[in-house]
Amino acid sequence: MAVIRDVIPQLELFQPGTADDALALLSEHGSDAWVFAGGLDTLDWFKDRVKRPKVVVDLGGIDSLREIRTTADGIEIGAMARLIDVVNNADIKAQFPALAFAAKSAASPQIRNVGTIGGNIGQDTRCWYYRDGWTCYRAGGNICYASPPTAMNREHCILGASRCVAVNPSDTAPVLVALEAEMVIRRGSSERVIPADEFFVGPEIDIERMTALEPGDLLMSIRIPSKWAGARVYFEKVRDRDSWDFPIVNVATAIKETGGSIEDVRVVVNGVAPTPVRLTAVESAIIGESLNEQTAEQAGNVSIQGVAPLTHNGFKVNLMKNLVKRSIRDEPMNA
Amino acid sequence: MADYKLLGKNYQLPDLYAKVTGRSKYAEDHRAEGMVFAKLLVSPMPHARVVSIDTSAAERLPGVEGILLPSDLPEEAEAPNESALTMEPKYEGEPILAVAAVTEQIAADAIELINIQFEPLPFVLDPLDSLKPGGPNGRLDGNTSLGRELGEIKWTEADMAGLSPGEIPMDGATAAEWAYGDLEAGFADADVIIEEHSYNQSTSHQPLESRTTMAYWEGGKLYIYPSVQSTARSVGPMARWAGIEPSNVVLINEFTGGGFGGKISGYVHAQIPILLSKNIGKPVMMRISRREENAIGRARPGVQARIKLGMRSDGKITALDIHCVGDQGPYGRSGDAMNVAGIGSLCYQPDAVRTRGTNVFTNTPPRGPQRGPGGVQSMTMLEPMIQRAAKQLGLDQVDVRRLNAPEGQAKFGAPGRDGEQGHVSSAFAKEAIDKGAELFNWTERKAISGRRNGSKVTGIGTCLSAYAAGASGVDGLFVIRPDGRMYIQSGIGNLGTGSTFDMMRAAAEGMDMPWEKCEVAWGNSALHLPWSCSQGGSSTTHAHTRANWAAVEDATRKMKAIAAQDLGGSADSYEVSGERVHRRGNRSQGLSFAQVAQRAVDLGGEFDGHELPEDINGMTTASATALAGQGLMGVAKDNYEEGGRRMSFAAGFAEVEVDIETGDIKVKDYAVGSDAGTIMHPKTYSAQLFGGAIQGFSVALSSKWVYDRRWGLLVAKRFYNNRPPGILDVPHEQPMKWGNADLPDPFNPLGAKGIGEAAQGAGSGAVVNAIADALDSLGDGFGDFYRSPVTRDMILTMLEQAPTGHDRLMAHV
Repeated sequence: MAVIRDVIPQLELFQPGTADDALALLSEHGSDAWVFAGGLDTLDWFKDRVKRPKVVVDLGGIDSLREIRTTADGIEIGAMARLIDVVNNADIKAQFPALAFAAKSAASPQIRNVGTIGGNIGQDTRCWYYRDGWTCYRAGGNICYASPPTAMNREHCILGASRCVAVNPSDTAPVLVALEAEMVIRRGSSERVIPADEFFVGPEIDIERMTALEPGDLLMSIRIPSKWAGARVYFEKVRDRDSWDFPIVNVATAIKETGGSIEDVRVVVNGVAPTPVRLTAVESAIIGESLNEQTAEQAGNVSIQGVAPLTHNGFKVNLMKNLVKRSIRDEPMNA
Repeated sequence: MADYKLLGKNYQLPDLYAKVTGRSKYAEDHRAEGMVFAKLLVSPMPHARVVSIDTSAAERLPGVEGILLPSDLPEEAEAPNESALTMEPKYEGEPILAVAAVTEQIAADAIELINIQFEPLPFVLDPLDSLKPGGPNGRLDGNTSLGRELGEIKWTEADMAGLSPGEIPMDGATAAEWAYGDLEAGFADADVIIEEHSYNQSTSHQPLESRTTMAYWEGGKLYIYPSVQSTARSVGPMARWAGIEPSNVVLINEFTGGGFGGKISGYVHAQIPILLSKNIGKPVMMRISRREENAIGRARPGVQARIKLGMRSDGKITALDIHCVGDQGPYGRSGDAMNVAGIGSLCYQPDAVRTRGTNVFTNTPPRGPQRGPGGVQSMTMLEPMIQRAAKQLGLDQVDVRRLNAPEGQAKFGAPGRDGEQGHVSSAFAKEAIDKGAELFNWTERKAISGRRNGSKVTGIGTCLSAYAAGASGVDGLFVIRPDGRMYIQSGIGNLGTGSTFDMMRAAAEGMDMPWEKCEVAWGNSALHLPWSCSQGGSSTTHAHTRANWAAVEDATRKMKAIAAQDLGGSADSYEVSGERVHRRGNRSQGLSFAQVAQRAVDLGGEFDGHELPEDINGMTTASATALAGQGLMGVAKDNYEEGGRRMSFAAGFAEVEVDIETGDIKVKDYAVGSDAGTIMHPKTYSAQLFGGAIQGFSVALSSKWVYDRRWGLLVAKRFYNNRPPGILDVPHEQPMKWGNADLPDPFNPLGAKGIGEAAQGAGSGAVVNAIADALDSLGDGFGDFYRSPVTRDMILTMLEQAPTGHDRLMAHV
């Protein structure tokens, strides 16, 4: 039968007013349901008729999911808080300016006015084969179209590939991993809280998902503990256009410094693997070292150990090395 | 510069309110009673034969109104031209059939019910693959046009011996060739010879408005609401696709969201709603998605070339030898590749030029002219070689451009049958360079070349760009009515440049009419519009200032004749000013425009359009006949002398900052000096210079296609991965600057030429040179990319001396 990549097909739309109602709908419809937040990841899937859920649960009417509040130990951001709300929130700016900066680096002003933090971390990969409806591993097939020598993979993995070489495209995700955020997930009436680094799931665990969210799950909020509040957190995103573009590589590095030496550090990169990658080898190599150019250089060199670039993305190796180096050498921009 | 009341002054375009309030109607905003929607079934393969189509299930779907198959077209286009639908799709996304239904959703659902079987055929994505011995052809009937015929060009094993991948045999076979001067002597005279391979990518036109079209039939007439660049010039093609006379076409298109050459006078796919609506007897709206626009919406032909350039120690370019390969797509005949040398021969006036080339059919979207066709490729490809030669000789880049720049009625391009080259009507290129250099402060700014700020390196670059700047021989038409107002007819088309109004100001200026008392009719062929030039190729400024001036002279002559008849004396003793025709030096003895308009109606004949000039186009005759009797008519064909081909010039100057740790390139500043004669409207003029420059930045920095080579499919289909620049990619720390030589073209009564085309090459050439300049500071030859767009992967792999994954000429990476 012929294929057409246009016009959203028939689907049943639910617009619950409370999280409980949303959860009930998700339980009822299970894998037939699609959770709709800002719609930026969703709508082109639908319009291309590549993803065709029977039921769509639009969270846009659930105000409680949009709250950003300070807690006894940090800040809790509702999953439906818009990126622009994260950018402008005074508490986030004061305690975790790198998160506000990363949110501001995502997408375009128009998209940030609609797109949500939950959508930003939960979004699917931008692998152009997968998104165009090619029946690859991630789409339930038994091949990766992006890795053969004739394939175009400039924007794909240099790390962590497992059959699939697609990358995670989120800008806020690496910051949240660096800040040791936790994801609050509900399923029916039960709630679980998982660390950010376990929230993102690689193809070796489940090749058809990017996160730990399973059918029936609802991401409620993101908790950021105060551990890294006020610390030196560097974020930088490299993208091809300033207008609207996903990261070629981004980096988030959190450092606690005592007397000029690195007391604690978390280095996370994204856009290089199917999940944000915490570079623990880099962290071990530089912990206790002086915060200086030499340490930065060392961090960069360690960061690229074990990389496996594809035909067209060898430049990402150099780019990641330089970004990791900068994240330690340079002052955070955060503006 | 003459002292004009209207020309050269900013004013508010008459369509502004509609645009900023969202009331302007673009093609898809139109509705008609009983309207249904069409959707396309397009090819999923780069080249295939449709073996079978079964539409029975689709036809049974409630709400389906009709299906249009290739066999429903009146005739198949003659090779190598394209048809609206085809049983042998030659690129991914080529339309095969269309379904009309009461909703778009039903139409799309119906397409999914169609059982269609394909037989895959050989395909080629990269022209060089087709030229290699034994390489595949993009069409079953050949890989290139040999004159009027289709045929095949293949290089031999001997040609390829000793060449690395991505290299072109300089003397390998080509489909076309032209030359002038003594090439051997030119190279012998050179002190530096640069020989390089260079690649300019294919780029989609990407107008914000796709080519959506609505059509219906009523009383034997076709009413069509397309998204086209030209109004008058699109009527004929629509009539042809409908199989009717142009007089039976009503074309309504008041607003068009850009075209850049991709919608100049319609598009063959308009035939789909035209025929569907005829077959089913209902209006049909065919909305074109961005994805479809990427496929059917035209693109600039990529060019792969081997170029040899000789420069004397004083900077004079002595010889230019090019073997160019054009990426033609599967249809048509493009002039882009061979025009690389054509435009180069104008900008740099080399003593000798030879160009040999082949346009190769590929299974990628059809190509069409895009803003400065061939010229942009010329600037992007030749300029870095000129910069390299000048650097080797230790010469100032501006001095070299100036030394080689054309003057007066400079010759250029391929010699004609008589062996003589054509020439331009005027060239004030040196003055344009001077203006740009002054705005950019080139002399002092040279000091920042190679400046380091941490990981960032600054580079500056300049480029002289030229392109066509005007047509001629079209008609002007207006009526001054007894209400004292002037009604000016504009058939140009309103794609956002403002020229459909700006050029009508020439008529108002000529009649000394306040603009507030002028009404412009545009965007609807039923409004009796005159024969106009295409709204493309920067044609309208020159053409319609001439045509409207001819109409002004016609109206002035008629007014004087009426005054002499009514008030006595000779016609020559009268003049026109201040909305009156009156005795020279005595305003009180005369007639107001309102009075003379009434007298024209009373007198009839030629005065009110009942008698018309014989040399005007039939379309103008029909329109003027419809307007006859309403007042005093100015109507005439432009018969002014032509002093050569109208070409304008833009000298771009760019400052870029390259971050050598990330490969980021930021355009920090841009200035442009121009030569396009008299400026009609500074605001729209500068919009052309800046908009063109930004499109040039796109060529230099970001816009490209990416094709999977195994499957022959485009993977970068979306706006964001096709990467045209947005407003955030434009210099914003300081405003871009522009200036003009302000020297009138002697072969236009107002001195005006167009500017839109030349503007783009100025942007691309200046930026690629600025990038090379920045990277040269890291080591000799570090900036030698000779490939666009210059992306961070090229920079970072070059700095690490790592492999890139592709050779210099490989297409669509």
